Amino acid sequence: MPRITAVTGALALALVSALALSSCSGAAPSPADADAAQERTLTVYSGRDEELVAPLIEQFEESSGIDVEVRYAGSTELAAQILEEGERTPAQVFLSQDSGSLGALDAAGLLATLPTGITSAVPAEYTSTDGSWVGLTGRARVIAYDSQSYTAEEIPADVWELTKPEWNGKVAVAPSNASFQAFVTAMRVAEGEDRASEWVEAMVANGVQRYAKNGEILEAVNTGAVPLGLINHYYWARSEQDPTTLRAQLKFGEPGSVSALVNVTGAGILAGSSESSAAREFVEFLVSTPAQEYFATETFEYPLVDGVAAPAGVPALDELGGVDIDLAQLSSVQQTVDLLTATGLL
Amino acid sequence: MTADPARLAPVLLRPRTLELLSTSIVVTLATSAGAFLLGVATAWTLTRVALPWGGVWRVAACLPLAVPSFVAAFGWMGLVPGLSGIGPLVGVLVLSTAPYVTVPTMAAFVRADQAVADAAVSLGRSPGAAFVTATLPQVLPAALAGTLLVALYALSDFGAPALLRVDTLTTGIYAQFAGGFDRSLSAAMALVLAGLAVACVVAEGALRRRSPRHARGRVVDAARRHLGPFATAAVTAALATVTVASVVVPPAALAARLPRADRYVSGVDDLAVATATTLALGVTAAGVTVVAALPIAWLAARRRGRFVAVLEAITSVGHAIPGLVVALALVSLTVAVAPGAYQGPTALIAAYVVLFLPKAVGSARSAVAAVRPDLEDAALSLGDPPPRVFARVTLPLAAPGVLAGGVLVWAAVMKELPATLLLRPIGVDTLATELWRATSVGAYGAAALPALLLILVGLVPALAVARGIRSIGEDSR
Repeated sequence: MPRITAVTGALALALVSALALSSCSGAAPSPADADAAQERTLTVYSGRDEELVAPLIEQFEESSGIDVEVRYAGSTELAAQILEEGERTPAQVFLSQDSGSLGALDAAGLLATLPTGITSAVPAEYTSTDGSWVGLTGRARVIAYDSQSYTAEEIPADVWELTKPEWNGKVAVAPSNASFQAFVTAMRVAEGEDRASEWVEAMVANGVQRYAKNGEILEAVNTGAVPLGLINHYYWARSEQDPTTLRAQLKFGEPGSVSALVNVTGAGILAGSSESSAAREFVEFLVSTPAQEYFATETFEYPLVDGVAAPAGVPALDELGGVDIDLAQLSSVQQTVDLLTATGLL
Repeated sequence: MTADPARLAPVLLRPRTLELLSTSIVVTLATSAGAFLLGVATAWTLTRVALPWGGVWRVAACLPLAVPSFVAAFGWMGLVPGLSGIGPLVGVLVLSTAPYVTVPTMAAFVRADQAVADAAVSLGRSPGAAFVTATLPQVLPAALAGTLLVALYALSDFGAPALLRVDTLTTGIYAQFAGGFDRSLSAAMALVLAGLAVACVVAEGALRRRSPRHARGRVVDAARRHLGPFATAAVTAALATVTVASVVVPPAALAARLPRADRYVSGVDDLAVATATTLALGVTAAGVTVVAALPIAWLAARRRGRFVAVLEAITSVGHAIPGLVVALALVSLTVAVAPGAYQGPTALIAAYVVLFLPKAVGSARSAVAAVRPDLEDAALSLGDPPPRVFARVTLPLAAPGVLAGGVLVWAAVMKELPATLLLRPIGVDTLATELWRATSVGAYGAAALPALLLILVGLVPALAVARGIRSIGEDSR
């Protein structure tokens, strides 16, 4: 039976490769074991996409000689995973896509207090109030619209307009995405629970289109499948193609309103690694000029450190006039999820 | 996980859950019915009709195994921008899962006794009526076992519904899971999903018990029917259409996107490592799963009873629980029980075993059942202890079927996404996770490359199944 022999051979081969695989990956070391000898290694949980931050982490490895292991997944997912792992988490630094996930870890007492040298590098409005995490980049909420069907003037700058009948069935959102949830959280914080609930209910009643990810929404607008979508500005700015020639174009929100929310990405050091110099060096690096320039030119996010030029092709950060709220308050994500669940958007 | 019933009740009983539940049921029923019809029709055509390039069509019938449903959905969306909704989802799922029905049904058609149908025709029944009353019941157990796999796949699929924007229980659980810190809500919805899976398993079991358990006939040389030139052309055209829709369009549409990728393209080294990892994880998990499935399959085939029925149902349920939920349970479990294994390959392999055990059990059960019990009895009467009888008599005879199950598991593991995302050791990437991270940043052109490679590695198990089928084709000649 040659068929069986071949398959048996393949199985044996696979077992050998699996052994090789397990010997080179092994179990993740817990920070408690991290003694001086392991000081030159670092374990990072990244809620930011690998495509965007891996080159930056490589730069850090080269300049510092520290070996960085990174686990990539969604920010909320990783925050929940760290909550599940508790003190046994192998994570030393948490790199988050939004301030809410960092706030949740802080609330659970899992983050160490950062040195003031790090937190003072960023304006107070874009970082934590208690020094538990530091803001790294800013990301603006925008409406992507189909420029073949609409002009910029026809697109509302206020998200409340989207509940009107003329936009029935024409607006896409990503209800399970951290940035959409942060946006609803900001609305709850800025305008109150009732107003936020009212907006979500009105959007559901107006036939809002659910998508899984921001990237999918941009793709749908770009192919004309849906006329409007709520996303973050950089999905457009860092598109595979030249953004200025895209069918999808951006409308920024009305300055000072929640429609113009600027959320931040950020980093925190886990409590168990408060003594780790590698963790500290890494976070210091993220707020250094080279890293901030990388964010502005490669991921098209707004750098938060003074003296670094803003990304090309989008309005300057101070022109946006994001809503005036304490970003640390965006940690009440669970209440937002409860609201989205109660209204049936989730 | 702690669950507060007062919080759970309103979530489970709200209109949105009922909406997700009914969508899941509709998608599952429609996909099962479609895959059953397409699978049985294809199997009949390929075993009983003389066709030009018969061998080619038998291979083509297995190739959809190489195309993950989310890759098929992704490809079709490239061709038809804005494609979404239940209709396209069911279409994609039927095309992706039909081989689960076609493959075992072809084997059953070969074993089926054609003489009964011939006798019915000679006594004046129409060929159609003879097929339904005499031939179909003989292949029904195999077709139903395959349809059960299709139903469980449709129930737990995450990628294709998410891409085609159909909100099902599975995507609803994911949305609850990814969004909040309170996992008890997603766990409660997962219980509803598991309940549906149990219903599928029970329904299949009940239908199967009403059918004959062993094919009675010897393998008789069932002459392949020669159709007229018009009918032959029509049948060939139908087979070609299905093949084009399931295995030609998705990779072609993906390849067309490749030139649009100039940012975020993975390096050659990364893709090579991800390909090797995908293959190694797939084969290892398949090996472990087959070993775990053997005792259950033997009990299910030989010692039918309430305990075994429950055991079998439990293993099947693993398949309907989304990979994500299994992974989450394993995160809690390994952190609590074996922190050393956490984020090591063991936990990941364990998740694959839990998820794909039913594929191996289903296939191994039919294979063991097809071994004549009197051979085992003879060996027992000669004084061999039961384990030795199993190893020397049952296993060698059942080996092809058992291995076929292993190949199905292999194909499934390589396509798995959510559990791999959560449990893979740090720094380990598979082709599915590479594809996922490219779509996460909206780099659809860059995503095409890992998607095409995923189809390519999937060809290995698909062709292994096709090889088994080709020998079926030759046997029946």
